[in-house]
Amino acid sequence: MADIAASSGARGKQSIRLSLNDPTFRAIFWQIVVVGFIGLILWFLISNTLHNLEVRKIATGWGFLSREAGFAIGETPIQYGPEDSYGRAIVVGMVNTLRVAVIGIVLATILGTLVGIGRLSKNWLIAKVCSVYVEFMRNLPLLVQLFFWWALFQDAFPGPRQALEPITGFFFSNRGIKMPIPAEHWIHAWMGVAFLIGIAASVVVRRWAAARQAATGEQFPVFRATLGLILGLPFVVWLIGGAPVAMDWPALRGFNFQGGLTLTPEFAALLVGLVTYTAGFIAEIVRAGILAVPHGQTEAASALGIRRGKMLQLVILPQALRVIVPPMTSQYLNLTKNSSLAVAIGYPDLVSIANTTLNQTGQAIEGIAIIMAAYLTVSLSISLFMNWYNKRIAFKER
Amino acid sequence: MAGIPVSAGLNAPVVVSKPIEWLKANLFSSWLNTALTLVVFYIIARTLFGFVPWGIVNAVWIGTPEECKAVKGIGACWAFFPEKWRFILFATYPFDEQWRPALSCAIFLFLYGFSAMRRNWNSNLFYVWGGGLAAIAVLMWGGVLGLSYVSNERWGGLVLTLILATFGIALAFPLAILLALGRRSDMPAIKTLCIAFIELVRGVPLISVLFMASVMFPLFLPEGITFDKLLRAQVGIILFAAAYLAEVVRAGLQALPKGQYEAADALGLSYWQAMRMIILPQALRLVIPPTVNTFIGLFKDTSLVLIIGLLDILNAAKTAAADPLWRGYGPEVYFGVSLLYFVFCFAMSKYSQRVETEFNRHKHR
Repeated sequence: MADIAASSGARGKQSIRLSLNDPTFRAIFWQIVVVGFIGLILWFLISNTLHNLEVRKIATGWGFLSREAGFAIGETPIQYGPEDSYGRAIVVGMVNTLRVAVIGIVLATILGTLVGIGRLSKNWLIAKVCSVYVEFMRNLPLLVQLFFWWALFQDAFPGPRQALEPITGFFFSNRGIKMPIPAEHWIHAWMGVAFLIGIAASVVVRRWAAARQAATGEQFPVFRATLGLILGLPFVVWLIGGAPVAMDWPALRGFNFQGGLTLTPEFAALLVGLVTYTAGFIAEIVRAGILAVPHGQTEAASALGIRRGKMLQLVILPQALRVIVPPMTSQYLNLTKNSSLAVAIGYPDLVSIANTTLNQTGQAIEGIAIIMAAYLTVSLSISLFMNWYNKRIAFKER
Repeated sequence: MAGIPVSAGLNAPVVVSKPIEWLKANLFSSWLNTALTLVVFYIIARTLFGFVPWGIVNAVWIGTPEECKAVKGIGACWAFFPEKWRFILFATYPFDEQWRPALSCAIFLFLYGFSAMRRNWNSNLFYVWGGGLAAIAVLMWGGVLGLSYVSNERWGGLVLTLILATFGIALAFPLAILLALGRRSDMPAIKTLCIAFIELVRGVPLISVLFMASVMFPLFLPEGITFDKLLRAQVGIILFAAAYLAEVVRAGLQALPKGQYEAADALGLSYWQAMRMIILPQALRLVIPPTVNTFIGLFKDTSLVLIIGLLDILNAAKTAAADPLWRGYGPEVYFGVSLLYFVFCFAMSKYSQRVETEFNRHKHR
């Protein structure tokens, strides 16, 4: 025993033998071989690429970004025209991707949570409906679902003149969904400011309430207070602004609708497809998270006399979230990445615009690099944020 | 403390069997439940009342485009499928030779079914697969045994989907094992390379990988050497699937108790011997259910090759739906195609659930 201990203790000081039987030498040797091999492949590919670019007279570099794009984009949340540059077109694509991803993530989380809880419902009908929903969504390719929704708009909905109006002011036609929005008013900007102030103030209130409870044991109705701040402040501002109630109603003029808010068929199909598909996966995650909280926790909480609502907030959710958050992160990432399927139904997202750009300029490498860099940035930022959040709610072991 | 109520001797819970009691317990147990039941019931009834007249009663099952036009808006046009099924299933494969892709699909299905049975999990499996794939290659390409040669540019439909998915997973698997082992390796250079590859591929959408395969691969190769679109897409899918599978395999490697690694070392096995004989057989067995789930995901993702212009089953259906005579029946077409995908994916997911319960059975003893 002493021998072995001595020899392994001396190991670090021993010189490395130049033999494949020496573990340290072997490790270094194989790493050099592998890295060298991969380097060789990369060098081969890159030299081929450079040669091919030269032969085919394809320009390289990022100069094309400032050239005139010359193509129109169907949906432009920021100012854009065909005379603008490729760079601006790509920014429009990026904004479109983020728009559908952010709205999609919010809606998918809500729908997925409802369905996930529904699957656990004691009500047989609701549980069955929710599990059928989940099975269908998870077992059908997203692309087929997108085509289905898109075709539904295209082929099944009538033209604007015969638009369906299931709810007053909401028109479904093959030009998309039209809905009323509050008419433009200067107070809206201030309401937005009030909303942000409300969020900031409620963070302060939460901190203060937690500190007070720690010091005195007195509870403060945090939930009601923050709700009041976040919703109440904008409401007060709205009242001060004279409580404008005018709505901008969509109305049929000529062959199409004027006014109101438009969701184009592409955007609507993509959003509905992404939300319903991802919600199927989120539902399973939520269900697993809730089932992961042992029943004893619920019983213990009721034994302590905690009310049902508080129990969910203080006992069940904090434990379930630990199981839910990591897989939820990957679903958010999936939704963002899946939004690239927009190219198939003609929604002008980043991939679709970068694709048009690389077809027009022939600069495939730069085009693909832009797509990959953009998605990597989004993916990494979402996972950084979720990792931070996960660390915050993670079980703190002493 | 005298007020503690004495339990009155509870009766054993009655097993509810009568339909009315079942309804009461499961649907109408409280006023909230009753309200929810009624709302959901109303929604289902509304949907059925909308769907049945359109999808069944007024639908045209077999007929001409004119008959379909006559019921447009009030009835579905399922007549599209009897008319177009050969194009959807086999796409542009020569019409008289379409028994060949049909037989190939049958062989694929046989191979899946054969491998799903646990009693076949032995070395024979490799020979069966080798034989099956060789037969499929001969059938699809032809050029021997009196079969006419069919270039793979004409392949399409269901068999293309099955080829992309099967080869995708089969060739991604060894690569994934290497990546997973590399990621857990002590050698920093190899570990870094593996992590970079896995995270890079997992961070971007499959579409961008397919775009890369379709527009950048030709630039990577020496001048004059080209390989066709199908192979490029297949390589893209393999690389993509390998990154995802690598994480599945890594989970299996991590779940294995450390004692297994130490025991293998103590027996004096080399690294590769230990992996081949001790670690991987156990680790891979642990991750069969998530592997099947990855396979489902990959099967669904093969539909994305449509974007680079391959005629897989979805693209074949989409192309068929663009026929000017049969335009405007998109919802019916995609509904039909989705049923086909559903059959495959649902079978796989049920299978993975069954394997999971079988594997976990010992835990419940």
